[in-house]
Amino acid sequence: MTDLTKSAAMGEGGVGLLSGAESHAAALCSACAKGSLLTVEHLSIADVAGILATTTRLERMAAVERARLLTGRTIALLFYESSTRTRTSFELAAKSLGATTTLVSDKSSSIEKGESLKDTGLTLRALGAEAIVLRHPSSGAASLLARVTGLPVLNAGDGMHQHPSQALLDLRTILLRLGRDASTVDAHALDGVTVAIVGDILHSRVARSNAMLLPRLGARVVLCGPVEMLPEDALGLGAGIAIERDFDRALAQADVAMMLRIQKERLAGFDLDLAEYVARYQLSAQRLAAIAPHAAVLHPGPIIRGLEIAGEVADGAQSAIEQQVAQGLAVRRALLARALGVQA
Amino acid sequence: MNEILILNGRVVDPASGIDGPRDLLLRDGRIAAVELPGALAEFAGSLPKEKQIDAAGCVVAPGLIDIHVHLREPGQTHKETIATGTAAAAAGGFTTVVAMPNTAPVNDSVEGLKWMLDAARGAAVKLLAMPAATLGSMGGEIADFASLVRAGAVGFTDDGKPVLEDATMRAALVAAARLGVPVSQHAEDTRLTGGCSMNAGRVAFRLGLRGMPVEAEARIVERDIRLLREIERGERVRPHLHVQHVSTSRALHEIRRAKAEGLHVTCEAAPHHFTLTEDAVGDYDTNAKMNPPLRAEVDRQAVIEALLDGTIDCIATDHAPHASHEKEVEFERAPNGVTGLETALGLALRVLHREHGMPLARVMELMGARAAAVIGLKERGTLRVGSHADVVIFDAAAEWNFTASGSRSKARNTPFDGAAMLGRVRATICEGRVVYRA
Repeated sequence: MTDLTKSAAMGEGGVGLLSGAESHAAALCSACAKGSLLTVEHLSIADVAGILATTTRLERMAAVERARLLTGRTIALLFYESSTRTRTSFELAAKSLGATTTLVSDKSSSIEKGESLKDTGLTLRALGAEAIVLRHPSSGAASLLARVTGLPVLNAGDGMHQHPSQALLDLRTILLRLGRDASTVDAHALDGVTVAIVGDILHSRVARSNAMLLPRLGARVVLCGPVEMLPEDALGLGAGIAIERDFDRALAQADVAMMLRIQKERLAGFDLDLAEYVARYQLSAQRLAAIAPHAAVLHPGPIIRGLEIAGEVADGAQSAIEQQVAQGLAVRRALLARALGVQA
Repeated sequence: MNEILILNGRVVDPASGIDGPRDLLLRDGRIAAVELPGALAEFAGSLPKEKQIDAAGCVVAPGLIDIHVHLREPGQTHKETIATGTAAAAAGGFTTVVAMPNTAPVNDSVEGLKWMLDAARGAAVKLLAMPAATLGSMGGEIADFASLVRAGAVGFTDDGKPVLEDATMRAALVAAARLGVPVSQHAEDTRLTGGCSMNAGRVAFRLGLRGMPVEAEARIVERDIRLLREIERGERVRPHLHVQHVSTSRALHEIRRAKAEGLHVTCEAAPHHFTLTEDAVGDYDTNAKMNPPLRAEVDRQAVIEALLDGTIDCIATDHAPHASHEKEVEFERAPNGVTGLETALGLALRVLHREHGMPLARVMELMGARAAAVIGLKERGTLRVGSHADVVIFDAAAEWNFTASGSRSKARNTPFDGAAMLGRVRATICEGRVVYRA
């Protein structure tokens, strides 16, 4: 290998005292401002523990006290893709901490006139934004924005790449559902826990973020889906990941079943037989009761009832879907405080 | 009489089998003499000092030839011009470059070709061109090959895009064969690469980028080789297929077999493909985005192996300059391409010569005589007496680091900013004119 590929490979593989993922975390985020969250790869286990601890502290804090934390601070929400949960929870989280927020979306801004991501970011910075929450259809967009603005950037979903705040809120939901301590984690926090992630893995940033975070905390991740939505390359996401094509077999192992929507907007020509998909991969009430009567059911939303998940499962006792949404608000408060360097 | 004397160097000229101490006399744009040290002493006495170059400690070789560059003129002069691109070529030791046709407008007419090759463009080195194989590089109607060859075309290509239709590629190969020039193919089955921005595999999956499978390259190479076979059997002409920037083990396997079969296939490799892998994309570095993309290590090794065993005929840079603002965008939106003229020699010597033991003469051949042979270029790529006085003088042992900000190119889009280079160009002479001096 040449010098150049050698140095890249060392960043990947990890040498020295830190484990692979830990040294990767340290190496990659040197280019972005402190407080950024672009990918779960940048988070050390200590970072994750810190975020969870802050989440718990903020949750327990009196609302009036909480509302003083970011008074006078400005956060921009920059959304190039539609969003209900993520956008609203970031916005409500910021407001609950007293911050001023401004929402810029691609549909009603100069982005429609052709303004680049860089110039949009620089404009928001010039207007006083101290952190930017970005959702964007292109993988890597958050990294670009962080580089060109020098501001803390919170990645609220970039293409098929990462949705790190979702993985953190899923983590907290899982810890709470399993009755474990949700205010801290270590490398064994999820020992003995199997999380099945089911469906359109290829197009899912949520799947990537969870599959790259949860195994580092001790979980086993089983990815499940048809080969068109789950190529073998997924095993390269890291250690502690397995592929199981058969849904029933995946479900039988699962303490947590995380169902994913088929991302029709990203299918790019692949013609899916929906009836067959429903037969093979839908989490129906019958299937859940027969195979995994104790598993927690998660879904990052939006859910398509009757497709990947039956309506009665989404509404049922095993569903943690609304709890996930609530945890989204809680975790994002901690991420915003961290982005602006405020100790809470 | 315009004379230059190059003294005390180690002449490496694979075409004439020379590798040893020689002095060189250039006269009126031609090589006038190549002699053992001392034999040209009388000239050394009579020529003024500024006409003498002391090449002690340096290699003196035929000027490098790059049969694949994008100079962006006409139409995209914010990226590069013929003058700036060829200045970069001269700094990199190149004395001949072949411009690709994907300018605006596309170079598909005699008028366009003549404009491009006109001295008024200010080319610092010998400029040649491959016009488009099809009008507008749209893949439909074949360009007027005969008129274009009379006007100087050295081959035809729709580079940037493949000639996808069987019938069109077949017609292009036949028409070019009748004129004795190659069809140079960008081998990419674009039906497999829609929306893709890097190599398919684990890195692309992790980054959430759609990946180009290696089959996309191999399939077009396989198809083109099948066409060659059919044409040789049916048409009584011998078509010449040149495969551009080969990047995969699969495609090289096909090319190796076709050569063994006796078909007229040549191919080139780019320095970035034998130096870097897909890992260089790193954190969405758009300066590591090009097409074909950086591949896996197994493919990089296959390219090196094919350079060593002769399957690959020559090194070509695919120099593809872009303005900084065009690359400073989302990875998927960034244009393909990296610059390469000033880093090609330094990487070839470092990776192929030092790390993989390729003899220096062989490196020079891949960047000179063999490149000339692909496009049927006479009197270049060699230091034989009577040839054009195209010479590169470089310190083969010099270690240095390339800095993009010091480039002669208008562009800065290189994955090699700061990268280690072996071998530094001291002077480049094109047709007897010193076009670069360090």
